[in-house]
Amino acid sequence: MVALNIEPTEITPCVKLNAETGLFIIEGKTLPENVNFFYEPILIWLNEYITNPKENTILEVKLEYINTASSKAIFSVFLKLEKLVNKGKTAKIKWFYADDDEDMKDVGEEYADVIKVPFEQIEFKAED
Amino acid sequence: MNLTFIDFVFNFFTNIRSHNVNIIYEGEISHEIIKAFTSLAEKDLKARKEANPTKKKVFNIMVECLQNISKHADCLTQTQQKNGRGILLVSENDKQFIITTGNVVKVKSINKIEQEIDNVNSLTKEQLRVLFKQKLSTGRLSKKEGAGLGFIDMKRKSNNKLEYNFKSIDSNYSFFILNAFIDK
Repeated sequence: MVALNIEPTEITPCVKLNAETGLFIIEGKTLPENVNFFYEPILIWLNEYITNPKENTILEVKLEYINTASSKAIFSVFLKLEKLVNKGKTAKIKWFYADDDEDMKDVGEEYADVIKVPFEQIEFKAED
Repeated sequence: MNLTFIDFVFNFFTNIRSHNVNIIYEGEISHEIIKAFTSLAEKDLKARKEANPTKKKVFNIMVECLQNISKHADCLTQTQQKNGRGILLVSENDKQFIITTGNVVKVKSINKIEQEIDNVNSLTKEQLRVLFKQKLSTGRLSKKEGAGLGFIDMKRKSNNKLEYNFKSIDSNYSFFILNAFIDK
């Protein structure tokens, strides 16, 4: 399966989904207005991945900004990983947040509460 | 040139100055405008002395406000304009940043908007968290892609009550003004 790589823009994140390694990365800003337009291809890719997944899948999410429309789209992405877990595979979400970004930490906690996938919160030092 | 108009322009300038308005926009709020705004505001904010989390909140709420207008503003005329039209102001005083939006809404929408904001304003931080999670995990995005999370997010990030007002335009339309306050 071909990897999905999306270059970042001012309002959309860098996305790297690698079916060979099972390592997925979403990083940057996710502020698109037309959130379906951006996330649809990602969800379609994940649907296909789920049919023949790796034993272990890791999703690293490192966001600087997230708008509310994206928070729902990201939730849909997480649900795909939940499907993997339901299939008996191992999946994990790593949620990175800057040490001065309480809001991003909160969002992570909320996802952790509603998603049935092992969820690790990882703090990193904010850049000045 | 028409003197009344010149007075209007000058008054506009003095009013903006006296209210410490940093950013002002009136017009259609399209995808391109939001994109341009975000990069402009980000550069603008980076240069300021306020703490990073505060700047991030201002930026976040500004984007949310713009997208609110773009999706939900109603139109006075019957033109088939795709994007909503409205006003955005970012101003400040010694203690706070104030993000203000103004847009036209149908009179029949007022009740719903009032209820939603009043509800969000009445909830504690913990209650807002519960409501956010609930909205996050139920249903897909609505047709307009509004996740129903906008006001909740603004209230949570700003940590202050949202203020609003409706000014009547005619029997069908009102002008909806929303203020979010972010402590410096």
